[in-house]
Amino acid sequence: MKKNDYKKIFFDGVVANNPTWRLVLGTCATLALTTSAMNGIGMGLAVTVILLCSNVLVSLLRKVIPNEVRIPAFVLIIATFVTVVRMVLYAYLPDLYDSMGVFLPLIVVNCIILGRAESFASKNTVLAAAADGVANGIGFTVALTIMGIIREFLGNASFFGIAQPWDFKIGFFTSSAGAFFVYGICIALFNFIYSKIEISLAHGKARARRQSLPKSLEELKETAQAQEEK
Amino acid sequence: MEIFTLFILAVFVNNFVVVQFLGICPFLGVSKDTSSAFGMGVAVTVVMVLATLVTYPLYTFVMVPLGFEFMEIIFFIFVIAALVQMLEQILKKFIPALYNSLGIYLPLITTNCAVLGVAELVIGDVSALGIASMNLGYALLYALFSGIGFLIAILLMSGLREKVDRYADMPKALKGFPISMVIASFMAMAFYVFTLI
Repeated sequence: MKKNDYKKIFFDGVVANNPTWRLVLGTCATLALTTSAMNGIGMGLAVTVILLCSNVLVSLLRKVIPNEVRIPAFVLIIATFVTVVRMVLYAYLPDLYDSMGVFLPLIVVNCIILGRAESFASKNTVLAAAADGVANGIGFTVALTIMGIIREFLGNASFFGIAQPWDFKIGFFTSSAGAFFVYGICIALFNFIYSKIEISLAHGKARARRQSLPKSLEELKETAQAQEEK
Repeated sequence: MEIFTLFILAVFVNNFVVVQFLGICPFLGVSKDTSSAFGMGVAVTVVMVLATLVTYPLYTFVMVPLGFEFMEIIFFIFVIAALVQMLEQILKKFIPALYNSLGIYLPLITTNCAVLGVAELVIGDVSALGIASMNLGYALLYALFSGIGFLIAILLMSGLREKVDRYADMPKALKGFPISMVIASFMAMAFYVFTLI
């Protein structure tokens, strides 16, 4: 794989096909664990680790797993890594384990992980699959953290657990209604910004094409002559 | 009386979708029209009850005595996947009419958080459910009531979306998922009233 391909994988995972905002996958965990920025980061990193491990293993086993039973095999791989991550969190980060609650085992049915295994890792080399896992994990983590910051800041007047000097709290943002509202507005904003990026990228490509074209008749003749001489 | 409390808690106060955020994918994905939303809701309810019927005894009578608690995620997801597959085959063979109306939703249910969620919730901390201790009967009732809560939420959502998607004039960026999220936000506000009971 070339360097450009990896760039594309990262651009796709973090921006163009951002799992949270562009594809709207893994919504349950996103809504439930963005009450604070730390919860968002914790969930995002847990999913990133599981995504990386499962992508690598699926990619390694892609020629061994028969096509008919691939979905149960992928689920088994994911469930194993979720169990491992759950045990590690229980032993070393009990606070995070408690705040994640039922959503930690539910990472098994997080559509992002199964989706990447099915659509990317089972068809690509190990390095590419690892890069794809990290890219999608970063996209997920960044999205969750931003939403966590917004909800914590407006609803609890604190930033990463550090209380702000003013006492202006809007309880709506820490409630479940606020979760849906912030998520909806974030998707809309991201779609709006992304459509602008897409337009400017298209403009840039058109400009580059225009510049590569010969500007005048003489230039056209010169290039034709140069080609003939070759 | 305990059953009534469990019903109110599971259906309204701790509604599976808008309060506990379980089963959001079908809630957003299959709520474009009321008839398919009803089919999805019923299918999820049936699978939730059946899954609890298998996973709860499996956990309490087999896995705990043998010390296999740490394997619960792997066991549960496989039980649910096998159950859904079996249900699909049985319906196809014996009740084709029902299969034609519900069958297309069944494969989607395997990767639905609501089913695995209820299997995990009934073996976890039950103090929030308003009952003293968990047993198989309560577990099944809780799964049934949670399914009814899911059905109510997805039906309300589909009714609202039928109107909003067709008639509302909104910016292009808000169309689709974002406006559904905002609708869900208003529904969550309405359900918040029940927590004040």
